[in-house]
Amino acid sequence: MLAGLYSLLSACWMVALDAVDVAFTEAAVGAGVSTVLMLMTLAVTARREKAPKFSFSAFLVVVVTGGFLIYGTFDMPAWGDPDAPVHQHVAPRYLNESYEEVGVPNVVTSVLASYRGYDTLGETVVIFTAGLGVMLLLRKRKKEDEL
Amino acid sequence: MRHHSILRAVTKFFLPYILLFALYTQFHGDYGPGGGFQAGVIFAAAIILYGLIFTPKLARRVVPYRAVYIFMALGILLYAGVGIATILLGGNYLDYNALNHHHPVHGQHLGILLVELGVGITVAAVVICIYYAFADRLES
Repeated sequence: MLAGLYSLLSACWMVALDAVDVAFTEAAVGAGVSTVLMLMTLAVTARREKAPKFSFSAFLVVVVTGGFLIYGTFDMPAWGDPDAPVHQHVAPRYLNESYEEVGVPNVVTSVLASYRGYDTLGETVVIFTAGLGVMLLLRKRKKEDEL
Repeated sequence: MRHHSILRAVTKFFLPYILLFALYTQFHGDYGPGGGFQAGVIFAAAIILYGLIFTPKLARRVVPYRAVYIFMALGILLYAGVGIATILLGGNYLDYNALNHHHPVHGQHLGILLVELGVGITVAAVVICIYYAFADRLES
């Protein structure tokens, strides 16, 4: 429930940051479908968590991984820096020439579907694979019912 | 949910508009926010809403398992097929300019439309499929 509310809030601040496409996705997937799936998972599994046991090795792995991630952020450019590499490489071409080259007013769509068509094909295959996996793992077979 | 008459009435009233909004998101993604992914999720959300209010059994009669499987693969095949078509028309893989040699921009439009349609079909089918898998477990 809280995760769903958080997703809806995130969608709101993404609209405030002018990332309407991301906000749209967050509202539909995060607040909508994920909440339903989460509640269904809770309904299928047990409601109460088993009493957790403290595991030192797991704690160590989490701390080390977290430390590396924080260390990685030190190399990132400053927040909102216009000279950051991500704003200098291909972004200017996408923004300035996508209308002549692709003719689609929504730059997000032109980047996703045209400039980065391979990536989007890969993403679609990932989604397809996720569907296949869930189907193979969770779906009950008819033979199972008969037995 | 047999006795929740308000929920049932409101759902019946809203469903066509949700489906219509999904189609609008799908085909208007070039001009406004949205695209295949969002449209697919919204379409699936409409089916999930139907399943939640009117039992998954009825939802499976609206969109049977077989249709879900077929559409899951069909979306990707459509996407990859556009790539093959551009090769056959003399371009690179997924180079939509090849779809219309006289007006490359029109080719881009057509390519993006078809590709987003493929994404939308696959995403909708996969989300519905995941919902069905969970609903099956709940029923038993």
